[in-house]
Amino acid sequence: MSRYRIPGKGRVDHAAPVRFSFDGRSYMGLRGDTVASALLANGVHLMGRSFKYHRPRGAVTAGSEEPNALIGTSRGKGRAEPNTRATMQELRAGLVAESQNRWPGLGFDAGAVNDLLYPLFSAGFYYKTFMWPRAFWDRLYEPVIRAAAGLGRAPGEPDPDRYASRYLHADLLVVGAGPAGLAAARAAARAGLRVTLVDEHAEMGGALLSDPGVVIEGRPAWDWLAAVLEELRGLGVRLMCRTTAIGYYHQNMIGLCERLTDHLDSPPETAPRERLWRVRAARVVLAQGAIEKPLVFDGNDRPGVMLAGAAQTYLHRFGVLVGRRAAVVTAHDSAYFAAFDLADAGVRIAVLVDTRDAPPADLLDQARRRGIEVLAGHSVTATAGRLRIRSVRVNRVRDGQVAGGRAIACDCLLMSGGWTPSLHLFSHTKGSLIWDAAAQTYLPGETIEDCHVAGAGRGLWGYGAVLADGDAAGVAAASALGRAAAGAAPAVAHDRTGSGEAQRELPSDMAPSLARAFVDFQNDVTAKDIRLAVREGMKSIEHVKRYTTTGMATDQGKLSNINGLMIAADMLGKAPPQVGLTTFRPPYTPTTFGALAGYHRGSHFELTRKTPIDAWAEERGAVFEPVAQWRRAWYFPRPGEDMEAAVARECLATRASVGIFDASTLGKIEVAGPDAVEFMNRMYTNPWSKLAPGRTRYGLLLGEDGFIRDDGVIGRLADDLFHVTTTTGGAARVLTMMEDYLQTEWPDLRVWLTSTTEHWAVAALNGPNARKVLEPLVEGLDISNDAFPHMSVTECRVAGIPARLFRLSFTGELGFEINVPARHGPDLWRALMAAGAAHDICPYGTETMHVLRAEKGFIIVGQDTDGTVTPADAGLGWAIGKAKPDFVGKRSLSRPDMVAPGRKQLVGLLTEDGAVRLEEGAQIVDDPARPLPMRMVGHVTSSYRSATLGRSIAMALIENGHSRMGELVHVPMPGRTHRARITGTAFYDPDGARMKL
Amino acid sequence: MLLIHCPYCDETLPEAEFAYAGEAHIARPADPMATSDEEWRDYLFIRTNARGPHYERWRHVHGCGRFFNALRDTVSDRFLMTYKAGVPRPDLPATEDAQ
Ligand SMILES: [Zn+2]
Repeated sequence: MSRYRIPGKGRVDHAAPVRFSFDGRSYMGLRGDTVASALLANGVHLMGRSFKYHRPRGAVTAGSEEPNALIGTSRGKGRAEPNTRATMQELRAGLVAESQNRWPGLGFDAGAVNDLLYPLFSAGFYYKTFMWPRAFWDRLYEPVIRAAAGLGRAPGEPDPDRYASRYLHADLLVVGAGPAGLAAARAAARAGLRVTLVDEHAEMGGALLSDPGVVIEGRPAWDWLAAVLEELRGLGVRLMCRTTAIGYYHQNMIGLCERLTDHLDSPPETAPRERLWRVRAARVVLAQGAIEKPLVFDGNDRPGVMLAGAAQTYLHRFGVLVGRRAAVVTAHDSAYFAAFDLADAGVRIAVLVDTRDAPPADLLDQARRRGIEVLAGHSVTATAGRLRIRSVRVNRVRDGQVAGGRAIACDCLLMSGGWTPSLHLFSHTKGSLIWDAAAQTYLPGETIEDCHVAGAGRGLWGYGAVLADGDAAGVAAASALGRAAAGAAPAVAHDRTGSGEAQRELPSDMAPSLARAFVDFQNDVTAKDIRLAVREGMKSIEHVKRYTTTGMATDQGKLSNINGLMIAADMLGKAPPQVGLTTFRPPYTPTTFGALAGYHRGSHFELTRKTPIDAWAEERGAVFEPVAQWRRAWYFPRPGEDMEAAVARECLATRASVGIFDASTLGKIEVAGPDAVEFMNRMYTNPWSKLAPGRTRYGLLLGEDGFIRDDGVIGRLADDLFHVTTTTGGAARVLTMMEDYLQTEWPDLRVWLTSTTEHWAVAALNGPNARKVLEPLVEGLDISNDAFPHMSVTECRVAGIPARLFRLSFTGELGFEINVPARHGPDLWRALMAAGAAHDICPYGTETMHVLRAEKGFIIVGQDTDGTVTPADAGLGWAIGKAKPDFVGKRSLSRPDMVAPGRKQLVGLLTEDGAVRLEEGAQIVDDPARPLPMRMVGHVTSSYRSATLGRSIAMALIENGHSRMGELVHVPMPGRTHRARITGTAFYDPDGARMKL
Repeated sequence: MLLIHCPYCDETLPEAEFAYAGEAHIARPADPMATSDEEWRDYLFIRTNARGPHYERWRHVHGCGRFFNALRDTVSDRFLMTYKAGVPRPDLPATEDAQ
C-alpha cells in the first residue's frame, strides 16, 4: 500500500482497491475513498490551480466547503462535469479525473505568470484597468478576459443521464446526521414522528466519523453510531445519504438533491443520476454543524496547508496521513486534538503554534506528554516550497510586536482559525443572525419558519453539549406536534470540548503589500485586497464583496466570509455586525441543471398543442411553426419549393380559386345566460344589443387602460348565447379577463363562460370558389349570398357532421369557417379536400394567411399592436359603440394622452422599389441625413412579398401617420436606407367587393 | 413554495395552483365616465406597494377558478388570511388576533 495509508485504519475497505486516473496518471485508492483522500494517500497534494493567479493548490478541507480541489470528472460522451469537489467525489473504478485551470500541465502552468504580476492584480483591477478607451472593451478586453475566465470547462454535449424528482411529506426533517442530528432524529422517532434524516456525505455520522475516541452512552463513538442508525431504521426513519439540502423555501419546503449513481462503478443504464426531492416538513431541525475557518497569513494557500479538522478526518475516516512531519498553527483548542491524533498515528509534529498567549493547561500537558513543542503567543508569517509546503516561518508576538522569525521544516501545515456555525439554510428562511461578541461569530436568531437549529450550528461545542441539544430539539419537535417525548441526553466520556479566539490576518513582520495572505482561496482574494477596498471607499460588506469578489465563488464564501468581514470591520474600526454579512442564497452547494430540470427536458419541457388536422398536415409535408403553445402548419412546400415560392403559390391559388386553412387554434369562448348581451356590451367596444341571432360582428377588446388587447369575430347564436373567437395566443388571457370582471365587478350578471377552443375543429375555406366546394356538403341550408350573406352564422350539418357555420373572411375573399366537434375534424377536412379537388383546392398555412390578411390591411393583435395602441391609432374607431354609456377601456380613450397629437398610428408603407421587402421591426426616420442619434418616428410592424400585387407591402406605426398619407419616410436597414411612401392599409380590393360574392 | 388557502374550496394547496391578480379592494367606479382624469388615473395606476400586510387578489386558476382576496405580509411572504371576493376589507388588528 501507499506510503501515506495506515493499514487497517479508517472506514475504507482495505480489501477493495479501486483504480482511477488523475491527469492521465493511474492511481490506486480504496473503496470508501474520495478522490482527495485517495490522492493524499498517494502523497499527492497538488490538485489544481487557482482562478486568478494560477497558484498551485491542494485540498484544504475534507468536505463540501472545499474551495481548491476542484476537478473535472468524466464517464464517457456527454458525462463530463467541471468543478467537482475532489473532497466529495467518491472513488469509483475507472474514474477519470483532471485538474483545472492549468496549461500545459499542473506542475508547470503558463498562467502562473499572473502570480508574478500580483502587485498589478489588486482589488477592483478590472474596474480600474479596462475602463478606457470604450472601444477596447468590446474588441479587446472582454474577449481576452472571457477566454481566460471561468473554472473548468463546460461539457459540450447533451447530458445523456436521467434525472428524477419526487415530493415527500414528513413530520420532521433533520438536515445533517452528525451527533446533534442523530440525537434529534432519535428523540423524535421514539416519540412516534415520521422522520427523515439527510446527510450530504456517503455515510452518516458527521464529526463522529473523525472522532472515534469519544465514548457515548458507554460505547465507542462508531459503535454508538451503528447502534443509533439501526434503531432509527427500526423506527422507520427515512435515512438519506449523499443527499444535500440545497435550499430552504417557504413554509418548510426544503429542496434535497440526492446523488444516486456518481459513486457507482457501472450504474444501471436506466437509473437516474440524481433525484430532486421537494420535502414539506411540519418541523425542521438544522444540524449542519460548523465549518472550520482558515487562518490568514502569507502563503496559507500552498499545497500541504490544510485545516486541522480535515487532517483529522483524513486520518480517522480514510486512514490517510496528510504528511509525515506536520506543523500546526491554531487559534482554537480543536487543533490540539488533531495534533494529538496525528502524533498517536506516528506523525512527527514539528511545532504547534498557538496565536493565544495562554492555551489551556491540560492541552499543554497532553502536548508535553507526546513531546510536541507548543509555541504560545506566536504567529506564522510565511510558508515556503514550490508545489508543496517545505517549511513554515514562525515568529514570536509580544504586545503586538512581531519578533524575528525562524523557519521550521514540515511537509504539511494544519491550521485552525476556529469554527463558523453553518447557517446557510437558516439564512434562506430570512432568519435573523445575531453577532455573538464573545465567540466572534454569528448565531441563529429568529425565523418565521417552524425550524430549530441544533448543535454546533448554534455555536455549541463538545459532544456532550451537542448531543444534549440535538436530543432537546427532537423532543421539542415532538411536543410541537402534540407528541409526548422524554428526553435522554446521552452521557459522554472522553469528550473534546474547547474554545478559541478570533483572528484577523495573523500578525506579521512582512510588508503588508507583499504578503499573499488569502481570504477567499477560490476567487484569489487576499487580506490586502479587502483592506484596499475599504481604503477606496467601500463601507458595506456588500460593496467589499462585489469590489473584491470575496465570497462570490462557487463555495459562496463558506471558508472566507467571516475572515473577510473581520478584516473589513477592523479596517473600518467598526464592530462586524455594523459592517454586515452577505446574504446566503440557495443552492447550498453547486447543483446540476439536470437535477433542477428533472423530467422537464426535450419534448417534456413545454407541452405542444396539436389540432385535429395536425396529422394530415404532417403527412402532407407541412412545415410547422410554434404559435403560443400550438404547432401550426406554416406552409405546404411542394418538391423543390422554398418558403417564398410555396407561399406565393398558396396565395395566388386561394385568390384565383379556393384555399383551405386549419383555423382550429383560434380561441373560442361561449358566453351564455340571460345577461349575456349586457356582459358583451360591457366587455367589448362594439354594440351587441341589435345584433340579431344568426349574425356575427368583428369584436374589439380593450384593457381598462384603453389599449387593444384582443379581437375576433363573434357570432350570436341565440338571444342568450354568443360564440366568441379570440386570437390564438390570447384565448386564456381573454377568458381570465372575462372571469375577473364577471366574478368581481359584475357578480350580479347571470352569465356563464366556457372555454371551447379545443371542442371545435375549424376549417376555413377562402376564395371565389369557396361556395362551390361547400354547397354540395351542406344539408338543409341555402348558403347563397342572399340567404346566407357575409357575417352570418348558423348551425347545420356539413358532410353529415353537426356544424357551426360562419360566413366571414380574414383574406378578403368569399370565406366560410366550418366548426365541427373536434373528433370529426379529420373527416370534415377530407370531405372538403375531396369536394375541392375539382377546383384545385389549395391547403395553405399561417404564412399565407398572414400575407392575405396584410394585403387587406387586417391587423394581427400583438404584431401590428403592442399594448400601446388605441382603436383610433389602429384605424378601428368604427368598431366603437359610441352610444354605449360604458365598456372596458372607454373612459381611458378620453384621457389627455390618448387624444393628444403625435400618437403613433397604423399606416401602410410601400417601398419605392417594390422588390425590397422591409424588415419587420425596422425603425423609421424622416431624414436620414441628420446626425446620430437620429429621431425615430415609428417602426415596421408587418412586411411581406405580395404575389398578388407583384411587389412588397408593409404596415407600420408612425407618429401622426394618418395625416401623412403620401409622404416619404426612410427605413435604415443593414446595407442601405430605403425610401417608402405612407399609404392606407388596404392594398387589395379596398371596397371589399370580393368578400360579398 | 407557499401554501395558500382557497376560501371557496376550503383547502390549503400549493402556490402552483394559484395566480396573483394584483391589489385588492380597488373597485371599478360605478360610472367611469363621471370620474375626473385624476380619479381615473388613480383607479388605473396608483397602488399601495405596501411593506408589510397587503390586501391582494389571487385566483385559484388550476382549481375552482375563483378570484378571492388575501392579506399577505410582503416582508415575510406569509399569508395572514384569505377571504371570499365581495367580503368587506377586514381590519388589520382583527386579522392579527384571528391568527
Ligand atoms: Zn378553489
